[in-house]
Amino acid sequence: MGGFAPIILAIPYTLMVTVGAFLIGFVIAIPLMFMRGSKFVPFRLVAQGFIDIARGIPPIVWLFFIYFGLPGIGVLLDPLEAAIIGLGIISAGYLAEIFRGGLVAVHKGQFEASHALGLGGWTMFTKVIAPQALRAMLPGLATYFIGLVKDSSIASVIGVTEMVFAASTYARRSPEGILLFFIAAIVYMALSIPMGLAARGMEARMRKAGAR
Amino acid sequence: MTNMFQFWAGIFPKLFGGLIVSLELTALSLLIGLPLGLLLALGVSSRFKPLSWLSIALVEIGRGAPALVVLYVVYFGLPALHWSPTAFLCAVIGLTYTTAAYAGEYLRGGLRSVNAGTIEAGQALALTNADVLRFVIIPQGLRVAIPSLMGLAIQIFQATSLTYSITVSELTANAYSISNQTFRALETFALAGLMYAAITIPASWVTRQVERRMSLGQ
Repeated sequence: MGGFAPIILAIPYTLMVTVGAFLIGFVIAIPLMFMRGSKFVPFRLVAQGFIDIARGIPPIVWLFFIYFGLPGIGVLLDPLEAAIIGLGIISAGYLAEIFRGGLVAVHKGQFEASHALGLGGWTMFTKVIAPQALRAMLPGLATYFIGLVKDSSIASVIGVTEMVFAASTYARRSPEGILLFFIAAIVYMALSIPMGLAARGMEARMRKAGAR
Repeated sequence: MTNMFQFWAGIFPKLFGGLIVSLELTALSLLIGLPLGLLLALGVSSRFKPLSWLSIALVEIGRGAPALVVLYVVYFGLPALHWSPTAFLCAVIGLTYTTAAYAGEYLRGGLRSVNAGTIEAGQALALTNADVLRFVIIPQGLRVAIPSLMGLAIQIFQATSLTYSITVSELTANAYSISNQTFRALETFALAGLMYAAITIPASWVTRQVERRMSLGQ
């Protein structure tokens, strides 16, 4: 039974990669969202290009490119940093689209009403639009976060000592190592099922709030 | 710059060979996984409780466990059961299961969206339950699920890169071995990434178009 310890000890790394990548993605996605909706065409093209490339290349290739490729131009990162940055870039692409979806969901009249009240762009965004948009995109954010918990397993390929790395190290050594994968799978589900239920609950509550 | 393009030209054939393997993996996983997904979707909605529970468990485990973990379990687990298939076959088995689980969820959503009125109309025309399923529910439900299934196909194509970790010589694995031999990881993975993107980006445009057209039809 002592064999479960490596998986339990690896959970913090799984969480660090997930939360780190989500935060980086969140921060980059905000300017991306504005550029994507900009009237200035070059901004729009750059944002669209970034989003398409971020989402169109498999995570494992992003991680190899950053971890093995960037040292070639003098950027040396340790595995954890490389994984967080790589998955962060991908998250930025997905989150920018989720943000945009939330923004589109805000009724046009809200913009017009803000203008009519003489609110400036910044006040309008922070006090009127963003709170409503945030509510509309919460389910999407929750779903993406759950997916990211699972994608953090890919960090194992560049040697981040998260759950799958711990399990595969043992599985290569002994046939019983396979059990560690089952434990890891159970932990992934134990993390994602409550989050999934919470997301479903939020969605239901918001549908009710919207109906009022 | 010319130096880089020369390098790319030199490694392209090997990467392209890997891309073909990635596409084969995708095609096989979809070909077997989608029909299994339909069976799972029907199983979930079955009135026979044990079948319904089993299907729900298979779908939830397949979606809840990372595809990488599924691949490792197949790769390290089958030999423990005294069957040692090739890495390629292990990859097909693993990705097929992931495909079937996600397709099961999407198709269940599609089947549930079929209007109860059309089902009653089928029954009123004295169709048997099997015929209602075959001629009324499945064709309409399948149609609704098409955009999500196309999205799934793109995801599975990307997921083939994970089979690098169980030693399948697909695009990512070939890029990895080239970068080890040449010490030019930056250019190698850049080209590999572009080759993936050359397929996923147009494919997601098509998916978006289909989605838009189908939402107009309603």
